[in-house]
Amino acid sequence: MILPALPVLFPLITIIFLLINFQRREWQPWIGLTGSLLQLILAVFILIRVRYEGILVLHTGNWQAPFGITLVVDAFSSIMILLAGIIAVSISIYSFEAIDRQRQSFFYFPMVHGLLMGVNGAFVTGDIFNLYVWFEVMLMASFVLITLGGEKKQLRGAIKYVTLNLVSSLFFLAGIGLLYGKTGTLNMADLALKLSVANNNILINSSAVLFFVAFSIKSAVFPFFFWLPASYHTPPVAITALFAGLLTKVGVYAMIRFYTLFFVQDKLFWHPLFLWIGGFTMVVGVLTAASQYDIRKILSFHIISQIGYMIMGLGIFTVAGIAGAIFYMAHNIIAKTNTFLVAGLINRATGSYDLKSIGGLYKVRPWLAILFIIPAFGLAGIPPLSGFFGKLILISAGFNAGEYVISFIALAVGLFTLFSMVKIWNEAFWKARPENSGPSEGENEKLPVSMVLPVVFLGLLTLTMGFAVRPILDFAMDASLQLLNPGPYIEAVLGSDYLSH
Amino acid sequence: MRSQLLQMAASRLLPVTMILSLLVFYRGHNDPGGGFIGGLMAAAGFVFYALAFDTREAEKKLRVSPLMLIASGLSIAFISTLPALFAGNPFFTGEWVSISLPFSAKLKPGTPMLFDFGVYLTVWGIMLTVIFNIMEE
Amino acid sequence: METILAFLTGLLFAAGVYLLLRRSIVKLILGVMLLSHSINLLIFTAGGLHKGNPQFTDSVMEAGLTNPTDPLPQALILTAIVIGFGITAFFLALMYRFYQVTGTEDLDELKEGDTK
Repeated sequence: MILPALPVLFPLITIIFLLINFQRREWQPWIGLTGSLLQLILAVFILIRVRYEGILVLHTGNWQAPFGITLVVDAFSSIMILLAGIIAVSISIYSFEAIDRQRQSFFYFPMVHGLLMGVNGAFVTGDIFNLYVWFEVMLMASFVLITLGGEKKQLRGAIKYVTLNLVSSLFFLAGIGLLYGKTGTLNMADLALKLSVANNNILINSSAVLFFVAFSIKSAVFPFFFWLPASYHTPPVAITALFAGLLTKVGVYAMIRFYTLFFVQDKLFWHPLFLWIGGFTMVVGVLTAASQYDIRKILSFHIISQIGYMIMGLGIFTVAGIAGAIFYMAHNIIAKTNTFLVAGLINRATGSYDLKSIGGLYKVRPWLAILFIIPAFGLAGIPPLSGFFGKLILISAGFNAGEYVISFIALAVGLFTLFSMVKIWNEAFWKARPENSGPSEGENEKLPVSMVLPVVFLGLLTLTMGFAVRPILDFAMDASLQLLNPGPYIEAVLGSDYLSH
Repeated sequence: MRSQLLQMAASRLLPVTMILSLLVFYRGHNDPGGGFIGGLMAAAGFVFYALAFDTREAEKKLRVSPLMLIASGLSIAFISTLPALFAGNPFFTGEWVSISLPFSAKLKPGTPMLFDFGVYLTVWGIMLTVIFNIMEE
Repeated sequence: METILAFLTGLLFAAGVYLLLRRSIVKLILGVMLLSHSINLLIFTAGGLHKGNPQFTDSVMEAGLTNPTDPLPQALILTAIVIGFGITAFFLALMYRFYQVTGTEDLDELKEGDTK
């Protein structure tokens, strides 16, 4: 049973091969692509195994839980690993052309796989300190990626990004320290067991709040989101797409994991808090996006707004609510990455990200418009695309749970999202080209296939998720049920012997 | 401006630091020490050498590129996890073999030591990559 | 002992936050370092301070010493220190590069790109 460790090992092996063949520059993208393809296949395999055999557990080094580090893959983790695999493949293909040789020769591909290793590690681990370590692996790789190339604006963004993420890691670490002091364990399942009998909410909440702040900074929710729009638009768009797809979602993943597995005692405090924070996040993100004119900035603010929906799902805390959050996360990772990739194509075609200086793309490249419409309207929630169903599930769960205010907010925010997407559409594709903008260099060039292919792939996935809602939602429901009834998870990790005494 | 004295000292000290770093690494199996500290010490020797001469000389002295040190360190660390699988234990389990040497000495090499050696090489390589790059600026 | 360490943690944290609020990037880095040290102390204190014998080493096993201490907080701190070491190295390199590009280490230089 090595399976739960493989999502971490595959990127590691890829890194080793990339480093060994570092002098052969032309091999680098191919090795990276092979690694991510294998990772995607592995992710599909793991998903099937989890679907039919239940939770996979690996006690590394034969140290039984709760003493050793346990790797656990349940339905939720397996979905996230699959999404990471999909994004990995898309970005690997996109990077062939989108990342210049200069950046490729500065460890671009090893760093991408380092980031994937951290992300996958965070998804499979069942130990909170190990989670911290994977977060750091992921962050280190992202620090390098965001500064790669060393342009002035990149460095500006990077300093904000690095500082805020370090502070969040420190909060995380402080939370771990306090929690260990109180319970004497770091294993998530064991924590669930120990905290379920603890009846001192203040003691538990003191560390729970530290975790909340840490994950909030990582996932850019309402009061802590400001680093994201300040830094995400600075690196090359392939890197931004990777970050937009995966990084913030790892924070959300950790939040959902923590607040469904072991910080569940004080419902009266946490769930309204999540709903409030979710609502604010949605509104603030979408309103600030409306005033922007750089495509990447608009999309960055929308990342924030859409994180709000996931937090709302966590706040509703019913099976449908969490399932909605998972479904929405799956939709968002794919569609969000895709919109950024399309933004990269728009930049290739016109030489700019600024909506004021581009236009008339529909006339020149009608198919590019279609490629943009699929993820963008998916994000806005137009049926039959995946975002519509994500929002539908969340909002109906909200109404069923009696949370009317947040549900109305979610509906209204959907409209504003549509406004922003239509704005990009109008400005970039529909309106006539501004007079003063001279012909750009990439004007009549064909866009490279390697950049179009991942966009088509992700667009098809968005469509598929829209048309095959039922099976995907069923799986999300399973994952949500597993999260809300942690009994089997705890038993799978700790074993029935440990539980009986 | 190169100091003769410093160069003399650096080239004499390099083998000493290397041996010491290996000793610290070996001792780390059961006592304080280990791959990380050993790797740092090994890197310190070469950094001192690079200070006295320059980075190019130090790289020449090293013979392999620091990048290869990282790559081989990672591979060794990875390979050290595999014997457990063949022995039918969970991934990452420590496995030992006992080799009897003459004069009733016994050697017990195991996968944890191999893993630690991977750490040693990786730390050594990373430190050198970082410091050499900054020194060359 | 706990009281002293608690105050020390608080002091380091306060100093770290103060440095974070200054305008220089060097002080920002020093601030982050101080914060990380204070968190390490926090883990150390929270893990429980009591006198005991080391675990797992040959000499201790042979002597049959009892009353072992919990080695885990120190292992956690060691990991955190190593990670902090890497991050500090990266941050210093970043600062150096930033200084090369902009010729200043004033954080006010960062204002651009935030709102627009």
